[in-house]
Amino acid sequence: MIRYSEKALLHYRCPHNVGTLDEQIARVGTGVVGAPECGDIVKLQIQINDNGRIIEARFKTFGCVAAIACSSIATDRLMDKTIEQAMLISHTELASELELPPEKIHCSVLAENAIRTAIENLQHKNDAARTAESPSTKRGR
Amino acid sequence: MTLPIYLDNNATTPVDARVLEAMLPYFAENFGNPASVSHLPGDHAAEAVELARRQLAEVLGGRANEIVFTSGATESINLAIKGVARANAEEGKHIIACLTEHMAVLDTCAYLEQNGFEITYLPVGGHGLIDLDRLEAGIRPDTILVSIMAANNETGVLQPIDEIGRICRSKHVPFHTDATQAVGKIPIDVDRMQIDLLSCSAHKIYGPKGVGALFIRKFGPRVRCEPIIHGGGHEGGFRSGTLNVPGIVGLAKAAQLATDELPREAARLTSLRDRLVGGLQADLDEVHLNGHPTKCLPNTANLCFAWVEGESLLQGLATLAASTGSACSGANNKTSHVLKAMSIPDLLAKTAIRFSLGRFNTAEEIEYTIGAVAEQVRRLRRVSPIDELRTMMMKNTNQRGIIHT
Repeated sequence: MIRYSEKALLHYRCPHNVGTLDEQIARVGTGVVGAPECGDIVKLQIQINDNGRIIEARFKTFGCVAAIACSSIATDRLMDKTIEQAMLISHTELASELELPPEKIHCSVLAENAIRTAIENLQHKNDAARTAESPSTKRGR
Repeated sequence: MTLPIYLDNNATTPVDARVLEAMLPYFAENFGNPASVSHLPGDHAAEAVELARRQLAEVLGGRANEIVFTSGATESINLAIKGVARANAEEGKHIIACLTEHMAVLDTCAYLEQNGFEITYLPVGGHGLIDLDRLEAGIRPDTILVSIMAANNETGVLQPIDEIGRICRSKHVPFHTDATQAVGKIPIDVDRMQIDLLSCSAHKIYGPKGVGALFIRKFGPRVRCEPIIHGGGHEGGFRSGTLNVPGIVGLAKAAQLATDELPREAARLTSLRDRLVGGLQADLDEVHLNGHPTKCLPNTANLCFAWVEGESLLQGLATLAASTGSACSGANNKTSHVLKAMSIPDLLAKTAIRFSLGRFNTAEEIEYTIGAVAEQVRRLRRVSPIDELRTMMMKNTNQRGIIHT
């Protein structure tokens, strides 16, 4: 049996920020990462305010204790950060905070990928909205 | 009720007090070496071993001189497969096994493949059973061995051993069965089932670890097998090395007890197992039984709790000792090769838990287990991205053309 740190077990037993945000909202970015054959699937979402600061972070994870715990601390760390600050969150800091054993490092990589994918999704949505918005508003007026 | 509740009896079992009692005199009191022919201590040890040999032969349905004691089922399997392969290499180099065999068989076969042998791995259907027509069609003039397990360690699925025996005998091919999980749990008779080699172990049936046996048929037809361990010619030349006298006494006692108590115990375990499965399926949605609903060991239930990864579920169940698969592969997080062979999608296979019940489990423990497991599954399903997983699985199953849920 894998020995986890108390902190990892705590986040597994009482994970923070479990839930989903409405994907229809323009300021919500969603990242779903992982592969069925690897066994861990992380869905991580962020919502930003007018100033581009993260006001909500939610996750749902299918995976081992480490995958759940990494998702939980990742969402904790995202709160109140700007997108630029969020991009700096690395898997190594997640893994070391939870004292993950070497065979579970990939779970922290997955959480980092989920953060980046959610940010990319948010940026992509905003870019798409901007390009869709500008000509239509011109036409409208 | 003492915690944790042990529900991993296919991994190993505690030594039964009656078995331990039978073994104890052979450590310090009757410590002789059965190969010492010049004094009484040697004679006493030899008598104990020969009595054990007769007892085990009686349990398996063979004759005493067809029993070879080993260090366990893995050694028995190695001796059976490598021994028969080497002794018959001039006749042919083709062996048939199946995809859901234990790693002791699969790794031994892989080793032979690197050494010029050809192995056919029979596939299994969704319920884990091999197709007998495929077996019959797969036997070639150069086939020298068929090795099919009696009961699967992960799912408890029972292969049609008597039918396999009949087919192999009619084609004059020796038939080996890994009966590690079957002996003591279902009736076995090597003559009636036309089994030519049978591997078994003591620690799965409330005997000690580190001792097992291989039945090698000597009569009608005699199996040709070479030793893999040399050095003194013990065990009729099949297995050199000083005999593990207390272990052998324990193996025979354990096999005898399990066989004597089999009808009553099988009925009791079946009812406990069915209550466990029924209780969990009544409490929770989407709990799937892996394997065959009836062609199964009385004690084993391999269940998928959809949307909840197995390791995380077990971690939340500190008061239970169950497993996500075989203990031998417990160190790595790979998807079970057994469930894969049964075409169970990866996402579902990752949620499998094996509950294997045993002699010392009670109805009270099963009720506790149902409650504890249901609570954890409900909690972890709230954390799980079920909608996304459902979409992934639909895509996956559509690609494969099978629907399992």
